[in-house]
Amino acid sequence: MTERLFEGADWDFHTLQRITDACEEVALKDLGLDVYPNQIEVITAEQMLDAYSSVGMPLFYKHWSFGKQFAYHEASYRKGLMGLAYEIVINSSPCISYLMEENTATMQTLVIAHAAFGHNHFFKNNYLFRQWTDADGILDYLDFAKTYVMQCEERYGRTEVERTLDAAHALMSHGIDRYPGKKKLDLRAEEKRAGRRRQHEEEVFNDLWRTVPKGASKTKSALSIERRRKLLGLPQENLLYFLEKSAPRLAPWQRELLRIVRHIAQYFYPQSQTKVMNEGTATYVHYRIMTKLHEQGRITDGNFLEFLGSHTNVVFQPEFDDPRFSGFNPYALGFAVMQDIERIVTRPEDEDREWFPDIAGKNDVMGVLRDVWANYRDESFIAQFLSPKLMRQFRMFHLHDDPEERAGIRVDAIHDDRGFRRVRRELARQHDVGYIDANIEVVDVDLSGDRRLILHHHVIKGSQLNETDTKRVLQHLADLWTYDVSLIEVDANDKVLREYVVSPRPITAAA
Amino acid sequence: MPIHIIDRRLNPGGKSLENRQRFLRRAKSLVQGAVKKTSQERDIKDVLEGGEVTIPLDGMHEPRFRREGGTRDMVLPGNKKFVEGDYLQRSGQGSAKDSGPGEGDGEDAFRFVLSRDEFVDLFLDDLELPDLAKRKVAQTESEGIQRAGYTTSGSPSNISVSRTVRLALARRIALKRPRKDELEELEAAIAACTDEDERVELVAQLEKLKARSKRIPFIDPLDIRYRRFETVPKPVAQAVMFCLMDVSGSMSEHMKDLAKRFYMLLYVFLKRRYKHVEIVFIRHTDRAEEVDEQTFFYGPASGGTLVSSALQAMHEIVRERFNPSDWNIYAAQASDGDNSYSDGELTGLLLTDKILPVCQFFAYLEVGESGGSAFDLSDSSLWTLYDRLRNSGAPLSMRKVSERSEIFPVFHDLFQRRETAKEKAAP
Repeated sequence: MTERLFEGADWDFHTLQRITDACEEVALKDLGLDVYPNQIEVITAEQMLDAYSSVGMPLFYKHWSFGKQFAYHEASYRKGLMGLAYEIVINSSPCISYLMEENTATMQTLVIAHAAFGHNHFFKNNYLFRQWTDADGILDYLDFAKTYVMQCEERYGRTEVERTLDAAHALMSHGIDRYPGKKKLDLRAEEKRAGRRRQHEEEVFNDLWRTVPKGASKTKSALSIERRRKLLGLPQENLLYFLEKSAPRLAPWQRELLRIVRHIAQYFYPQSQTKVMNEGTATYVHYRIMTKLHEQGRITDGNFLEFLGSHTNVVFQPEFDDPRFSGFNPYALGFAVMQDIERIVTRPEDEDREWFPDIAGKNDVMGVLRDVWANYRDESFIAQFLSPKLMRQFRMFHLHDDPEERAGIRVDAIHDDRGFRRVRRELARQHDVGYIDANIEVVDVDLSGDRRLILHHHVIKGSQLNETDTKRVLQHLADLWTYDVSLIEVDANDKVLREYVVSPRPITAAA
Repeated sequence: MPIHIIDRRLNPGGKSLENRQRFLRRAKSLVQGAVKKTSQERDIKDVLEGGEVTIPLDGMHEPRFRREGGTRDMVLPGNKKFVEGDYLQRSGQGSAKDSGPGEGDGEDAFRFVLSRDEFVDLFLDDLELPDLAKRKVAQTESEGIQRAGYTTSGSPSNISVSRTVRLALARRIALKRPRKDELEELEAAIAACTDEDERVELVAQLEKLKARSKRIPFIDPLDIRYRRFETVPKPVAQAVMFCLMDVSGSMSEHMKDLAKRFYMLLYVFLKRRYKHVEIVFIRHTDRAEEVDEQTFFYGPASGGTLVSSALQAMHEIVRERFNPSDWNIYAAQASDGDNSYSDGELTGLLLTDKILPVCQFFAYLEVGESGGSAFDLSDSSLWTLYDRLRNSGAPLSMRKVSERSEIFPVFHDLFQRRETAKEKAAP
């Protein structure tokens, strides 16, 4: 049992196998994780760079922007400005983890624990991933996408395909369904429901209602607008979906390309919402596994110290006035909250009992954590589990910067009794994609007129769109829509702040 | 749970190569501009080394809907002295950022590294050699190898297995060599057989078949075929480049340096178009001589100036060694423009009658002192002469150069791809 997994820093494939087996034993037995089958691949630095430029996926369709990414990463890597990640992990089944060949044996153990068990468990169990991603199908889908794009290029020319993909990429951040759609009823269910409704109406029929005065009935034109919007599924915040389904002059292959980009955006959507949790989970898991392996005597004190060194770097959180500061480190925050949950569950203080009555002193750490990992995303996770103790530990404070305010930036709340809830709410909001992404939706199409597409940007806190970028994105949008597009920025009181109108560029052979 | 550990290190790299090429193609004009700018700063030897270029990010920008400005809220770690309600002074930098919407587009330049080939490709991409008519003519100096069917003799390494086996199979079928399963069937029948007479008959049959299969081999030397290769003469387009330079006392080091740069570029350029490029250096004062490169650029010489001597020397060399029907002839002449007054007539005649008819391209580069702009150079005697010839229809290219940085533009200008300008606009 106490046989060492490896000695020193060298490893070979048998070592990796032993490491993985050992990690698996801890992960499944002690932590009760539930993971996809693992596939571990050892790659070189160059391959890692390749993977970077195709958003970490093992295969991807070809596009110049990935070449740009690659050139950028390569240049900064060569100059030593950037180190490469120790690992990349892919939300697929089997779950693929890429390990760098340069890693030492300790690092490989850390990385396997981190990626192949931490991330893997999170991918398999978190509700967002379960809802939005299809781990079994993603690689096949990417394969399909790659081939399809290639075929399109052969058939319709590279420029045409590139133009469509450029436009789709520009709209990628707004090609996401944020809420699971309503399932359409089939005919039979519809009929059944209509029957029940009729029956209900008959049962509760009361002639008195007839005498109650009604409000002014809707005019015909208002009704027809409503009907039109309903037919087009408006308002629609998924711009790519809307174009795919409703753009009047797109060729079928262009719709399919939009669909591909949209599907891929959707696949990555959960990852952007769970950075803190995902990394926190993986870090917590690797920490537990490594500690256990050390306790069992399977890794030496020296290796364990090496691990602690890397671990400390990973969860390092510079303070706001530190030159290294660039926002909250998701590893640090996620790991700290999870460790804090462990503390609350096992050794709660009075404050914790007051703040977390549900979990304080419950003693089942893994049970609580597994539940947390499965049912929260960053925003709700922070809003629920960031404890006052942790806020004090991080010495968090909330700044409110109003450009109108002459006196400067106001400190709105700090880590004290009056501030805890406000700080926590604000930090949670910072991790809410609903607040991070601009809220833009298609509101109407002037079907009877010039077919102009009308979009609204609901401005929050006076933060408007960047002008140059917006014009370019709208240009792409107009090119796909092939009629004028207007974007209106409105504030909470429906006051129009700014209006963009863009006409499509003449295209030689689009229709 | 099965765990797969896979070694991917041996997989072919360069997965991003195609994307990279697409990116370069897309950024072509930008990268080209950057390449030219970079190459001006470099020494001629380093020009073709590849290396880092910077292009403005603007052209390759991928736009997104982004928000900016407005009131901002942030939660930060590391509070030391603030209490609720404190006001912090905005730092100058912070407010500047807020005040310029549309300004803060992040990175405004994009740096990356080009390989040597990529660099040269882009550097010379929009250039074209004039008058490639003679390219089809060539010397048959290299021999290519090409498959030419099959043969019955050859080296063992050239055995064509599939062809050999096919022939063997055909022969075995034709000669009715018993197949293995037939023999086995028969053996089984013998084993199962109870009737003695029948058994004897079957055994005899088996013996016969076995003998037959021994007589007819599985593979006979007759079957063996070898892949046959033929050497075919491969035409190689070849070019000779004449470098003519005035080395009289009036040519300063700076002028020679300008000329050298120009020749280097021309050489690199020809090298990419022709497999075989020869260079002939002819320097002249009042008499011309063919010299090696070192002497050409650095050897001391003095004397008067007779351009016709160089042209005469070139004409003779062409006649002796470079038959115009076999060679593509390029000539570049560098001079400060001085020429003996009396020599003008002869030079003109030599050029129009002897040199230009055999040349693909003749460039005249008038080099001046650094600091003197093209305007200050009053037309020299040679320039006036060549200009007159050009105006009367002679295919001459001529430019004036006085600064290092002008070499590249002038070179590009001379070899600009002209006819295909329309094509370029189209894609």
